[in-house]
Amino acid sequence: MTMSTTDHETQIIVDPDVPLVRITREFDAPPEKVFRAHADPELFARWIGPDSMTTRIEEHDCRTGGAWRYTMERDGFEAGFHGSFHDVVPNELIVQTFTYDGVPDGVALEKLHLEDLGDGRTRLTATSLVDSFEGRDAFVASGMESGVVEGYRKLDALLAEG
Amino acid sequence: MPADPLSKVFSALADPSRRDMVARLTVADATVNELAEPYDISVQAVSKHLKVLEGAGLVTRSRDAQRRPVHLEAEVFALMSRWIERYRRQAEERYQRLDALLDAMPDGDPERPDTGEKQ
Repeated sequence: MTMSTTDHETQIIVDPDVPLVRITREFDAPPEKVFRAHADPELFARWIGPDSMTTRIEEHDCRTGGAWRYTMERDGFEAGFHGSFHDVVPNELIVQTFTYDGVPDGVALEKLHLEDLGDGRTRLTATSLVDSFEGRDAFVASGMESGVVEGYRKLDALLAEG
Repeated sequence: MPADPLSKVFSALADPSRRDMVARLTVADATVNELAEPYDISVQAVSKHLKVLEGAGLVTRSRDAQRRPVHLEAEVFALMSRWIERYRRQAEERYQRLDALLDAMPDGDPERPDTGEKQ
């Protein structure tokens, strides 16, 4: 494992051997509540997107075999995302696919695990496995919400100088 | 083997000795001999590691004939850290929104959404 930036809150691991990104975060709420905030479309819409964008949930059938689809919009710019819920174990686990409509052939497999820490606390571990290193790095570089590649261009330029 | 620039940087840093060398080079430039000192490995092995770091654009060797000190391309290193940090920050912001929502949600579970299996 390498390149993990850490502070007391969200932790991230970008694996050098496998194209995955893992995020860990703890919440002062029991797993049932954290799960509900993921499973209930109305609740989900209230936190998934940045405040500067409007999140429109088109489908959110959070159970094994269900599907999801939402669009984020800001000033006429739209970004759509969709996938299916592969496995849902209430209050414990959500396994889903994730596709950004801008890269329709790309897909990430996401595993969201909720661990009960007791005292009404939960540790969430979200692992995204992408099908290539290039895809994973684009994932990290774009951060999805801003959808940009200027970072790559800048690095290309830097490397070209060397 | 991944060939795009960022992947090269990631895989170059996958090795603990190389990470250590990069950490040393953040302080000051160093020669191959200086870099080899704290390790139980040969100068040749260090040179091999440096080739990988060079290939990823993380370090350069000056043409200074005698010493040829190794220089860390801090900008490349910082750029990658910045990407990861930005991604992390976005996740953190998202989860702070979730914190606020969890806070506002009642503790009881009166209207539990249907989350069971499909019939």
